[in-house]
Amino acid sequence: MILVLAEQRDGHLNRASWEAVAAAQRLAAGGPLSVAVLGGSVESACVELASAGVGDVLEVVDPALEAYTPDGYVAALAQVIEAAQPSAIVLAHTYQARDFAPALAARLNRPLVTDVVGITDTTEGRTFLRQMFHGKLVADVRPTGNGPFLITVQIGAFRADQMRTNSTQSKIVRTPVVIDRSAIRQTPEAPFREAKQAVDLGQATRIVAVGRGIKSLEQLPVAQALADALEAELAASRPICDNGWLPMERQVGSSGQTVAPKLYVALGISGAIQHLVGMKGSRTIVAINKDADAPIFEVADYGIVGDLFEITPALLEELKK
Amino acid sequence: MKIAVCLKQVPTREWQPRLLDDRRWIREQDVSYEMNEPDAYALEEGLRLREKHGGEVVVCSAGPTRVQQMLREALARGADRALHVEDDSLASTDAFVSAGALAAAMSDERFDLVLTGLQSDDQGHGQTGVVLAERLGIPHSTIVIEIQVQAGTDGSAGAGPGGAGPVAAIRVKRELEGGWFQWVAMPLPALVTIQSGINQLRYATLRGIMAAKKKEIRKISRPPGLEASQQILSLALPTRTKHTEMLSGSPPEVARELVRRLREEAKAL
Repeated sequence: MILVLAEQRDGHLNRASWEAVAAAQRLAAGGPLSVAVLGGSVESACVELASAGVGDVLEVVDPALEAYTPDGYVAALAQVIEAAQPSAIVLAHTYQARDFAPALAARLNRPLVTDVVGITDTTEGRTFLRQMFHGKLVADVRPTGNGPFLITVQIGAFRADQMRTNSTQSKIVRTPVVIDRSAIRQTPEAPFREAKQAVDLGQATRIVAVGRGIKSLEQLPVAQALADALEAELAASRPICDNGWLPMERQVGSSGQTVAPKLYVALGISGAIQHLVGMKGSRTIVAINKDADAPIFEVADYGIVGDLFEITPALLEELKK
Repeated sequence: MKIAVCLKQVPTREWQPRLLDDRRWIREQDVSYEMNEPDAYALEEGLRLREKHGGEVVVCSAGPTRVQQMLREALARGADRALHVEDDSLASTDAFVSAGALAAAMSDERFDLVLTGLQSDDQGHGQTGVVLAERLGIPHSTIVIEIQVQAGTDGSAGAGPGGAGPVAAIRVKRELEGGWFQWVAMPLPALVTIQSGINQLRYATLRGIMAAKKKEIRKISRPPGLEASQQILSLALPTRTKHTEMLSGSPPEVARELVRRLREEAKAL
């Protein structure tokens, strides 16, 4: 059995959980699959998962899991895994998974392969593709030993829309855990947003992103106008956020967010690998850049070599039609 | 406060990959190395905490002989001393081995606070810090952009060298997805992984470089019994999977063509 660890907050399932299910189906190759959800009260998330019919839903509920802590999650999941005896455990490579999955793997002494982008079948068995050296190389990696292992899958690498659903509802199975609250060492406060109009780029359908090519803060409205016309969120590569021209939460890339929208328009972004890893899962990528050799064109579906200050106004005109 | 900062040496950003013949690792003789960027921010944070609260900063690295150059650089920036778990096999190993090697070297030191970068720019497992916390038996928090030290009962921040003293705590600001943040409090000792860009890095001064020559780098051999949890079977350059349609013409022409294709072909509008 392959066990998926879904992620929820305030009862809402993280969209990336479906991508983890899609990856787990690939790994299970038709075999059984279960999905665990942890929290203080996770009924709606369990119902949502059960209605997809992908496999038993393990409802892991405890007051100590109400607010996420790595200690609480590791304690609970070690018990769930011990009871369920899965052959593999699959998670989406979210900030939460990055916070607790290595501790869980260390506690269980089982391999964890992070940020997986592909699964390969070789004569030596199942192996996993993951990027290394900021995406300059792709490694084919095999967890050691025959026992269970954990993987986290890169956001956008496995498509939720390719997940196979089943019209038969899955069972929801209450899975008891015993958590010693005094063993939870982290005391979390409520998550908050700093910006008034904070944005979750991971959920955006369209994104217009700007890079160094925008040249100055004063030119930012050019990109904002295009974003508005496309009903897109405005995002940026790292140098723009480091300059303080846009808040850090709008940064796409290895040190910012990983996104996979329907449309990603890169304005004046050269496409350093640190940026590409954060956006190349987008369905359609448009790159507009002065430099024909810019690496952004390697991941783009449509490329325009030219001055963004001439092309963007022309695009705005065209979109009005 | 006794602070450890774990550092990894990684290829520079400009490095163009070349592989060994068996394709299982990179040709190290072609590589020039630098301090892993998130680790450099962790070091800076450690130095700032020491300036504010006193104590010492010990830089720790598990790697081959070459990492001494990076440790020397960290000492020149202001770290007090260094621990080096030295073994050639540590150049290309996984996070379990790196964390295990660091844990063995660090456990007797009883650090109040351990800082690491959130991930390395080479293999990028993003695991070493968290696994190290687990091996040291201390709580952790990850992807942190601010650290506040909360004083112990007598007003001092953390235990002094030697380990005795009041228990203090930290409150750290974690970056979450989508512009969300969260404060998390933990008792010391604790481990925190640091996000890039959280402070302004300092560079070594001439005086710092001179002083670093007299500072101690203690060498420790790789502890026995560490086994890698995963193996790299092969490395390859990424294959280009996309066909890029280059549009050309005057700005109004390319704009018209792009909007048409986004509507009709890509159905993205």
